[in-house]
Amino acid sequence: MHELAICQALIDQVETVASNNRATRVSGVTLDVGPLSGVVPELLLNAFPVAAAGSVAEGAILTIEAAPVRVWCKSCETESDAKINRLVCASCGDWRTELRSGDELMLRSVVLEDATSTPHAGQPEEKQRV
Amino acid sequence: MCDTCGCNVTLANRELAEGKQATQVLGNLLQVNDDQALHNRVHFNGHGVLSVNLMSSPGAGKTALLEATAELLGNELRIGVIEGDLETENDAERIRACGVPVVQICTGTACHLDAHMVHDALHQIDLDGLDVLFVENVGNLVCPASFDLGQHRNVALLSTPEGDDKPAKYPVMFRSADLVLLTKRDLAPYMPEFDAAKAVSYVRQLGNVAPILELSAKSGEGLEGWASWLKRGVADLRENLAVPTAEGA
Ligand SMILES: Nc1nc2c(ncn2[C@@H]2O[C@H](COP(=O)(O)OP(=O)(O)O)[C@@H](O)[C@H]2O)c(=O)[nH]1
Ligand SMILES: [Mg+2]
Ligand SMILES: [Zn+2]
Ligand SMILES: [Zn+2]
Repeated sequence: MHELAICQALIDQVETVASNNRATRVSGVTLDVGPLSGVVPELLLNAFPVAAAGSVAEGAILTIEAAPVRVWCKSCETESDAKINRLVCASCGDWRTELRSGDELMLRSVVLEDATSTPHAGQPEEKQRV
Repeated sequence: MCDTCGCNVTLANRELAEGKQATQVLGNLLQVNDDQALHNRVHFNGHGVLSVNLMSSPGAGKTALLEATAELLGNELRIGVIEGDLETENDAERIRACGVPVVQICTGTACHLDAHMVHDALHQIDLDGLDVLFVENVGNLVCPASFDLGQHRNVALLSTPEGDDKPAKYPVMFRSADLVLLTKRDLAPYMPEFDAAKAVSYVRQLGNVAPILELSAKSGEGLEGWASWLKRGVADLRENLAVPTAEGA
């Protein structure tokens, strides 16, 4: 399963955030995962401790926020809830929709311990790239 | 214990919690792969090569389609293949036997290809001589859909014996397809329970407007539609790039 590969990418990003903030330990990691990301939250939760072992995030708690599946209908211009295999407009039934939410696979936040500088918590747009 | 994990502390006040500092990140988890995929696409564009990622369950007919394509279009389009399916060289040998340059990626136990594997393979193939580069992904309807390889087009194959409801069961894969091929249609008389109209409707319910073609690599039926989709893809790409190569197109 590819969840382990994704957890390894996650740990790389978390390591970068931690070292940018000179933190020695990460105690929590929060992700946004939509059901259309192709990633199964349970499998991520299982893979996380394996990937985290020996890293700055060893023993960290992984929290996964499930993003809702929402579609935008171009013909009646409404947004509605949808199911992963029925992405049709709830009000008019048109299938020519656009996904507005549900395929996220994002690192949202990291809880740092012993950071020796002030983290950039107030800058939500800060992007971390490895 | 919520006090330990911090899950009861909202993001806004997390930095106030004692001894803990939360950094908001908002980073795509697959950023490293996606950056590499972008780099791969630059390679493809630089050579005016249309790159096509073939995805399906194992045995849906990806290699057979490539063999039939080489035979049908060998004189019109110069094709190359990156073979990611299976650990063996069997598929690569089948394609090589058609006179097509092929690079085998040994994925070992990997369930999908990623952009780095494709990049490594790219350096073993001469893109200058090509119009279309196919990537035969690992046979798997789940994992490959999450990894951008830098391809221009995703093609999902659904074979007649698999059943017409696969798009409803594997929405991530079939939502990502730019073209859906219903394959092994020579078997339709033996499998009337496969309802092509139903397969189409399942794909549409994913909000996917992609063309859906029925074909058989074995009998050759429906291959013209596939061939013209490919040729149009090459022409569109080169028009967009305005790359003055194309002697084969
Ligand atoms: N009847 C029939 N069999 C096919 C067709 N295409 C492939 N096959 C057979 O299906 C099996 C798997 O095909 P292959 O191309 O190796 O599938 P792949 O795993 O997706 O590459 C082989 O035994 C092929 O001969 C087809 O159009 N019709
Ligand atoms: Mg194959
Ligand atoms: Zn996988
Ligand atoms: Zn509507």
